Amino acid sequence: MSRIKTCFDGLKAQGRQALIPYVTAGDPNPQVTVGLMHQMVSAGADLIELGIPFSDPMADGPVIQLACERALSHNTSLAMILAMVAEFRQQNDTTPVVLMGYLNTVEKMGYDVFVAAAKKVDLDGVLLVDLPPEESADFARKLRQEDLDAIFLITPTTTEERIEKICAVGSGYLYYVSLKGVTGGASIDTVEVAKKLDLVKQHTQLPLGVGFGIKDAASAARVSQIADGVVVGSVLVNALGDNASNPEKGCAQVVSTLLEMRQAMDATV
Amino acid sequence: MTNATSLPDADGHFGPYGGRFVSETLFAALDDLRDTYERLWQSPKFQAEFDLDMAHYVGRPSPLYLAKRLTQKYGGAQIYLKREDLNHTGAHKINNTIGQALLAKHMGKPRIIAETGAGQHGVASATVAARLGLECVVYMGVEDIRRQAQNVYRMKLLGAKVVGVTSGTQTLKDALNEAMRDWVTNVDNTYYIIGTAAGPHPYPKLVRDFQSIIGREARRQSLEQTGKLPDAVVACVGGGSNAIGIFHPFIDDKDVRLIGVEAGGKGLETGEHAAPLSDGTPGVLHGNRTYLMSDDNGQILGTHSVSAGLDYPGVGPEHSYLKDIGRAEYVAATDDEALHSFRELCLLEGIIPALESSHAVAYACKMASQMRPDQTIVVNLSGRGDKDMQTVADIDGIEV
Ligand SMILES: Cc1ncc(COP(=O)(O)O)c(C=O)c1O
Repeated sequence: MSRIKTCFDGLKAQGRQALIPYVTAGDPNPQVTVGLMHQMVSAGADLIELGIPFSDPMADGPVIQLACERALSHNTSLAMILAMVAEFRQQNDTTPVVLMGYLNTVEKMGYDVFVAAAKKVDLDGVLLVDLPPEESADFARKLRQEDLDAIFLITPTTTEERIEKICAVGSGYLYYVSLKGVTGGASIDTVEVAKKLDLVKQHTQLPLGVGFGIKDAASAARVSQIADGVVVGSVLVNALGDNASNPEKGCAQVVSTLLEMRQAMDATV
Repeated sequence: MTNATSLPDADGHFGPYGGRFVSETLFAALDDLRDTYERLWQSPKFQAEFDLDMAHYVGRPSPLYLAKRLTQKYGGAQIYLKREDLNHTGAHKINNTIGQALLAKHMGKPRIIAETGAGQHGVASATVAARLGLECVVYMGVEDIRRQAQNVYRMKLLGAKVVGVTSGTQTLKDALNEAMRDWVTNVDNTYYIIGTAAGPHPYPKLVRDFQSIIGREARRQSLEQTGKLPDAVVACVGGGSNAIGIFHPFIDDKDVRLIGVEAGGKGLETGEHAAPLSDGTPGVLHGNRTYLMSDDNGQILGTHSVSAGLDYPGVGPEHSYLKDIGRAEYVAATDDEALHSFRELCLLEGIIPALESSHAVAYACKMASQMRPDQTIVVNLSGRGDKDMQTVADIDGIEV
């Protein structure tokens, strides 16, 4: 069974929700990432989204754009990121890891080469923000053949017809983007989000993660009451960016933010 | 190949190219745009509205002009210039912005956004926005703001807000990223006027359709003036809108060679250029699959061209397709070759061309010298060079 399913099933049995941090691999430099992943797990992360840096991150706001630039200034490549996952797995065989990024980096490596490598390093899922279901048949099939999850986005503008289509091809979990905009944008409106999630739930049994606009323990706790997973990115990436010359300090801030969120989320149970 | 003119398919594919590679938030807007466009483009009333603006506001048809002294100089094929430089606002870009602004109006969007490189598309967008009373925001790389200061001021006079883009390479591709980010955020009230025949479906198709007026006129004018179709049609290729506009009506005329001229920059061998069709590989950027300049890890490479309007690492998907099926040929002209033709056209014909268009002129002259005097070449003179005074003066070390 997929690690992602095991993870969500286990949490559900305890009545808890997944805390899902996003960091860009190689930010602020490639030596930091694997250690940071372990630290995040210790701070309460249930699943890790690891960003593949891209030169043209169209769906991201300035915070993650800068993270991409920092990572790319150290030539962080997809091959290096897969090696990071392998290294992470040497000490952690339970926490799911999902790569998130843009299609061109994966296409350049080649779908077959990528999927084989992803399997080998024991990756769990892939989310490519510019690869919609319409264009993903080939890639999603290859992922499925190797039991890797293809994770897709649903947004406030997604029509019910598309929700159906996305639910049919997605696996692992669905990622609901809480607002119109790029990462690091405005704050989340949980009432609006809850309405849309109810609609999505009519079409799927998959767990629903919610991201974009979750900035602190309070918003994490609020979202945990309406979703199965809470995705938090820009706040963490900001901490790494503000302390780019002192990564230990940046990582410590990431840890303390996650600890606060974890506590607040579990307090609502 | 006979059905090359019937593309793209329903999902926006030109063979393996094109498509819609954007984040989920934009799908509803792209569907809406596609449906509106398909409906209006078939409507005689919309066509009449477009044609009227083309005639009375843009000043079409643009002349097809025999460049006699240039022809003499190269001693071969007769060189005709399709004078898009004479359009209102000084380039072919206005054909597309008029069409898209009409779509925005019909869709009830009060705000338009645009990206721009040379500033020509920004000026054309600001122009139509002023005319229709729409709010207009133009994204432009700070590097381009420096090279095209005149156009920046023009946009401001026309009431547009110009936003400098400091991310990435600070040129056209980054302006496009930023415009996309704006669109994702303000999708409810905003229409995004993409300035070239690239981006997610339906943009490559609708931009081509609006720009095809160039080729339809050129085809008719060639028949009228020379009694035959041209032997070759030559256009510069940035994102590819002026080229696809003049090529498309000739695609079924198999004897007409179609030649796209990319920015060879400092020379293809130096890697410092903007010629993805000549020296790139297929990939995905800005919503479509197409030839791109990217490195082995899939990161988009910085580009170089003396002309801001060609300084782009991708190209419209239809060109990728025409290249692969062999219907069009793609070549490159260097900065130096373009500058040489720029000066030559000034001195021999009294026409100051845009640096972008000068690339097409440069290659056409090279070709002409190898052809017979009874043969003809039509060059798309996509724009005028007023905006490039500063760039050329800087190269000459002159203060203006
Ligand atoms: C005069 C002129 N020609 C050509 C171009 C290149 O664009 P495209 O390849 O879309 O025609 C530009 C772009 O700014 C331009 O201003």
